[in-house]
Amino acid sequence: MQDLLRRYGSTLTGLFVFLTAFWLLVLVILPNVSLFEQSFRPYLPFVEIGGPKDVYSVDNYRQFFSDAVETTMFGIPVWISLHFLAFLDTVFYSATVTLICLALAYPLAYYLAKVAKPQSLPMLLLLLFIPLWVSEALRAFAWYIILTFNGPLNQFLMGLGLIDKGVRWQQGVVTDYDAIVAVLVYCYVLFMLLPIYTAIQSLDSNQIEAAEDLGAPWWKTHLRVVMPHAKPGIASGCVMVFMLSAGSLLVPSVVGSTSAIWFPQAIYTQFNDAQDWQAGAAYSMIFLLLCIVFVALMMRLFRVKLSDIAK
Amino acid sequence: MTRQRSVLAHLYMIMFLVYLMLPLLIMAGAAFNDSKLPTVTPWKGFTWRWFEALFADERMWNAFANSIVVALAVVALSVPIGTAAAIVINSVSGRVRATLYGFMVAPILAPGLVIGISTVLFWNSMGDSIGAQGVIPFSPGLHLSVLGQVSFIAAYVMLLVLARLQSFDMGLEEAALDLGAGHGQVLRRVLLPHLYPAIGAGAAIAFFQSIENFNVTLFTRGTQDTLTVYVFSQVRAGITPTINALALMLMLFTVACALIYETRRRRRAKVEAARQDEARRAEESML
Repeated sequence: MQDLLRRYGSTLTGLFVFLTAFWLLVLVILPNVSLFEQSFRPYLPFVEIGGPKDVYSVDNYRQFFSDAVETTMFGIPVWISLHFLAFLDTVFYSATVTLICLALAYPLAYYLAKVAKPQSLPMLLLLLFIPLWVSEALRAFAWYIILTFNGPLNQFLMGLGLIDKGVRWQQGVVTDYDAIVAVLVYCYVLFMLLPIYTAIQSLDSNQIEAAEDLGAPWWKTHLRVVMPHAKPGIASGCVMVFMLSAGSLLVPSVVGSTSAIWFPQAIYTQFNDAQDWQAGAAYSMIFLLLCIVFVALMMRLFRVKLSDIAK
Repeated sequence: MTRQRSVLAHLYMIMFLVYLMLPLLIMAGAAFNDSKLPTVTPWKGFTWRWFEALFADERMWNAFANSIVVALAVVALSVPIGTAAAIVINSVSGRVRATLYGFMVAPILAPGLVIGISTVLFWNSMGDSIGAQGVIPFSPGLHLSVLGQVSFIAAYVMLLVLARLQSFDMGLEEAALDLGAGHGQVLRRVLLPHLYPAIGAGAAIAFFQSIENFNVTLFTRGTQDTLTVYVFSQVRAGITPTINALALMLMLFTVACALIYETRRRRRAKVEAARQDEARRAEESML
């Protein structure tokens, strides 16, 4: 701070500090405090706000667990509220998306960093970047076209003789969430690829050669040499993909089936259709908590710092 | 790597690119199909009419204009905020720095809908507490979209500028001060010129992040549309291939930008190679 004052004088330093404080306080911290506070308030008609009914309670959080329905999880029948079920489904399928993305992206990242010719690399990266610049809404929409009943996928498979009649992909084939998982993978796989690519790139190729010369089979080279080095990239990619998937409202709304509720859709319904901002706030708090737990878990698991993840 | 495995690797790369591109091509193709629904099968003949419909679509143009205005406002706010924050965090160390850093990057990791909802709630309850409900700036609208987006986009700018600051020689500022430069001059003539590449990149990222943004905007926008929200509402409410026409034009714009970038990079690389060639020849002739 002293240093800033000496270099830029009190006016400019004041300006820097003011801008930073405005950002952190007014745009980041206070809105979240407000979210926390509102989540404990009841949803009231306008005239009753501040009246005798306007007291703090955990009713909004209780609502999350109320109205249980019977369903099965991994074959076991359970009683669970619809919203809590949506929450668990979202966590489970977002984790699935993350794992699929990792499996798809890791070999590719390795290829780009260590196998591809340096001359063709800029072109390859450019081609990979183009879909990333196309808006997410449009990428989801492209899959909406592909998956519709009379769409190209069904026509193609019928043309090959693999299926006799069209499949309703959006309703799901194995689970209700098939289409959502597939499209989320498509939308976010690049967020896994790029951090892993950057991480592997900084690995000295001599280390790989040394491992191979010493007789390590290819899988052991990856497990013991490449993957440990790529760890921050993998952690960063997993966090990005999981958060984007779990927080996606667009993809489930565009390609999801009616029987699949993604948790952000539940929040949006509370907030927009029911106009119950307080319950929406409580659901958001639950969601935020999930995200914090997930990031903390990944930092623990991969032993990385926050600055490794957010780059 | 054995020959067989490297063939497999190339094949995988090509298949991945096809996987990325094919859906976009199908979407683009549907823009020319003379069918009321956006699809490529069955193919009912070639038409331009969806492009005509697109240019006549006033709501779309309005949403497009809103997107641009919001993006410009986001750039105008997040660039100074991000730059100032980078300078501030660069001047502190230890625990203060770690805490500040945590607060600054947290919005990047926070889900968009939480940012959106918390922004609306905060401004709304501010309005309530001073007895000014439902008036700008306290009611939802595009101005709240801007503030919500700035809260995390400023973090991208901060990270870029902070990275650039690492290569800055503080001695230059000392020298300028010793030679009698004022504080404003030190900032304007010494520090900022060094930061311009990062600030430029930050502005570009801020602009495109804002155009792309959906989650924050959806919750904060009130009754107004931006382009992504408009596309979303069209997709939900039964669509015509007008959206495909729009998608194709946006993609062409993207590809054009990419091509310009690539040719410029090639030209630079060629100039660089020629320069190195010349240097080598000069060196050889010296020997």
